[in-house]
Amino acid sequence: MSATGSSLNNQRPGPPLWLLAELTYRCPLQCPYCSNPLDFAETRDELDTESWFRVLREAREMGAAQLGFSGGEPLVRPDLPELIAEARRLGYYTNLITSGIGLTEEKVAQFREAGLDHIQVSFQASDPELNDAVAGSKKAFRNKLAMARAVHEAGYPMVLNFVIHRHNIHQMDDIIRLCEELGADFVELATCQYYGWAFENREGLMPSADQLATAEAAVNAHRERLAAAGSAMKLIFVTPDYYEERPKACMNGWGSLFLTVAPDGTALPCHSARILPIEFPNVREQSVSSIWYDSPGFNHYRGDAWMPEPCRSCDEKDKDFGGCRCQAYLLTGDADNADPVCGKSPHHDRVLAARRAADHATVPLAELTYRNARNSRVFARA
Amino acid sequence: MNARVPRLRPGFRFQWEPAQQAHVLLYPEGMVKLNTSAGAILETVDGQRSVDEIIAALEARFPDAGPLATDICDFLEDARERHWIILE
Repeated sequence: MSATGSSLNNQRPGPPLWLLAELTYRCPLQCPYCSNPLDFAETRDELDTESWFRVLREAREMGAAQLGFSGGEPLVRPDLPELIAEARRLGYYTNLITSGIGLTEEKVAQFREAGLDHIQVSFQASDPELNDAVAGSKKAFRNKLAMARAVHEAGYPMVLNFVIHRHNIHQMDDIIRLCEELGADFVELATCQYYGWAFENREGLMPSADQLATAEAAVNAHRERLAAAGSAMKLIFVTPDYYEERPKACMNGWGSLFLTVAPDGTALPCHSARILPIEFPNVREQSVSSIWYDSPGFNHYRGDAWMPEPCRSCDEKDKDFGGCRCQAYLLTGDADNADPVCGKSPHHDRVLAARRAADHATVPLAELTYRNARNSRVFARA
Repeated sequence: MNARVPRLRPGFRFQWEPAQQAHVLLYPEGMVKLNTSAGAILETVDGQRSVDEIIAALEARFPDAGPLATDICDFLEDARERHWIILE
């Protein structure tokens, strides 16, 4: 069996239930853990409104029900209200994933009118100084606070997202209190995943084991307090998989539920996958259905015939699918390998080395490589 | 007697998904596929009907199913604990 397309054990995959529409890579912020590709500045040719309409329609016909408008900062697209309205008309549950920069009370109301179901506002920290230092913007925090309040007042469910790393992980108490004050329904405390810019900056971002244990204890104490008070606010704490001994079931399996369409129309099984040495299809050239079911890119890691040892004979391979292909590629140079997070991986020492480095790291925030067009062009040239 | 009126939590949406041949509950970045009975119950949750009225409606719709009050109340309590619905 070849590793491209015939490793499905004759099982046709289910439809993509989740569509992530990355409308643009443009963004006013410079977060050093951005998941966009390092060479994002090379992408200039964004899909137009009509092409997005077609993608939305085709994916919805196949069964996609959850839709995320993401980026970059999706608010920089002037056609966002039209895209929201069309998505809602098609029956999607529509999520806007935004930094809040560029949002106004008028837009919050306009999107509501267009049928937007949910706005997720991301924060970088619980205080303005740290928030704005991480974001690389001087007034980001103030703006985000105002917009979080506007989103809540407009009647949207409130999801606040904090990306957690070694420079803000001590703020759990303050972050959770801020979320309560803002009336959040869901709080995502998402520790950096080391892809894209976060991989470049890993040593300056990854918390130590001690930091992580302290933060987890704080979150658990707040969970108990909230539950005892009958609060509906839910805390979702995503810990870094570098501290696990078994890999995550990345994306619930390659090409199994998730479909990402990048700003230039490239279709991906996850937003990070374009780093892989695999040719991915483009919605400009193929229907979403033929991309999902028939393209070599999407079939590449379906099933398990592609797996080398130790995954091939592992009794957990149906549970975690060998972990994350991007992580295997970033840490070993070969995306077929077992995710080195796994204790059975012959490359697990690389994850252990990163943990040791996190115990002694001294890289200050100011020395991280910030995500901006200038730095991106340096990566593109290299 | 149960005159409380259940309604979906704001931001939650209930709909039929042809591709899954099931009712689903959609919420921020999440989706629950419902089994047939959960779907039939949530279909009646419209923010108007009381629990008693829901029981009567479903017993009329499924006359061969016998008394449904316990199952319906258990499900609604479970849905309330999961914060899918508000029951007041």
